[in-house]
Amino acid sequence: MRGIAWLTLPAMAYCAVFFAVPLGLLLVESLRGPAGWTLAGYSAFFGSAQAWAILGRTLRLATLTTLICLAIGYPAAFALAWARGALQSLLVAALLLPLSLSVIVKAFSWTVLLRANGVVNNGLQALGLTAAPVRLLFTETGLLIGIVNIFLPFMMLPVFASVRQLDPRLSDAAATLGGGPAYAFLRVVLPLTLPGVVAGVTLVFSLSVAAYVIPTLLMGDAYQTLPTTIATAFLYLQDPQRGAVAGVVLLAVSLLVVVASATVGRRATTA
Amino acid sequence: MIRRIARLLAWVMLAGCVAFLLAPLAVTVLVSLSPSPVFELPSSRLSWAWYQRVPHLDGLVDALVLTAEVALAATAASLLIGTLAAVALVRGRFPGREGAAAFLTAPLMLPGLVTGIAMLQYFRALGLRDALPALLLAHVVIVLPFVMRTLLAGLARFDFALIDAARTLGLSYPRAVLRVMVPVLAPSFVTGALFGFLASVDNYPISIFLTDVYHRTLPIQLLQYLGESPDPTIAAVSSGIMGLTALVLAAGDRLVGLDRMAGV
Repeated sequence: MRGIAWLTLPAMAYCAVFFAVPLGLLLVESLRGPAGWTLAGYSAFFGSAQAWAILGRTLRLATLTTLICLAIGYPAAFALAWARGALQSLLVAALLLPLSLSVIVKAFSWTVLLRANGVVNNGLQALGLTAAPVRLLFTETGLLIGIVNIFLPFMMLPVFASVRQLDPRLSDAAATLGGGPAYAFLRVVLPLTLPGVVAGVTLVFSLSVAAYVIPTLLMGDAYQTLPTTIATAFLYLQDPQRGAVAGVVLLAVSLLVVVASATVGRRATTA
Repeated sequence: MIRRIARLLAWVMLAGCVAFLLAPLAVTVLVSLSPSPVFELPSSRLSWAWYQRVPHLDGLVDALVLTAEVALAATAASLLIGTLAAVALVRGRFPGREGAAAFLTAPLMLPGLVTGIAMLQYFRALGLRDALPALLLAHVVIVLPFVMRTLLAGLARFDFALIDAARTLGLSYPRAVLRVMVPVLAPSFVTGALFGFLASVDNYPISIFLTDVYHRTLPIQLLQYLGESPDPTIAAVSSGIMGLTALVLAAGDRLVGLDRMAGV
């Protein structure tokens, strides 16, 4: 089976021609000025306090989204793996079905749920948790609710896949050997599910750092992240160099995350 | 005792997650059945009026057809080149396999908006100004990573000795692959194709740069409706798509088992 490397050729050539080369050209464009090669675009970008604020906001949004997805998705994925038969099929369907509802329509549904006289506020008031309607729309809380809602399945599915491969007898074995539940979890369960966690964290972070539709619809134009900056530069400002620079910065962030997770993932599977 | 509390907590979390994930779907279905012309939950009676409006909304059917065509073509092409590549990457013993696998799944992890802009400028530089070929070419890049991820995971667990066993029993190599490998890998094919297809259907950040006035995919058209005249027809269309997906999921459950399908 040595001689089958050529089978990768169609896919490799396709991704090279229609993915890598275009991105390479974008990198070139970000470095081109009217008078040849220049770093002017980058110095202008990193020289502005606004750009740093945008970068910080983008990273914070992606980090918070990832942490929330992990905190609620990790334990839930265990219960999903414990479920049996038709119940498990139904629960998996509940994770997959939301992928068929457009992000755009989801955003609109959240405006219905989160507005001042919406379901969430009515519920909070009925429970006596708040006297007056809480402002949720056009706040970062509302945005986080919407964005976690979209990317949660991408955390739960990889973790679910790794939990399913766990041998339940392992925790029993740890208990037999005198380890408490916490010990069994930290020394047995957590290391074995780490590959799923790494896959989920990578997916959710790289998807949410690039999210464009949801922040635009739930926060409006005033809330600028790297993706909205890129879109504005290209679609409205007709300033391709600024857009290309912001694009390369966002690309670098995503690449960094992918490479870091590949390194951590390899260590997790070999440890 | 601690274990029981932990288990209970996990179940509560799962129930909460499912309710949370399905909330916008429930709202969409309810809004589509509401007689109110704005996005509102129905208060007393239900109405089918918005479903009847779907075929009459300007440009909506065209957008649906175009979106389905692009997604189907991109999924078929991805399954073809993706299967070849995945088999070679799992079975082959050549250098750079990990890098190649990372490269072929990378478009999913890298920002779509940046890919979209890069493609727009690239296609312009090549002189390709027609929206349809540009969309078709671009959407293969959207679908392929999903197919690659699920196939690589499925193939890694596949025992290739089964093919040798089938050949020993008298099957030719192509028949052995068809009768043994394809059924075992069916969940990976179905999951990868489903994820990729849905990602193509809902893609906004790449499509926005490649569509023109005559070729608008569904998300572009939806956002335009919402900007101009948001009425529940959009919710009706979305409910229809969800219904179709539910049927596909039910069929997938019968064919390969939904629990085996999950895995991105």
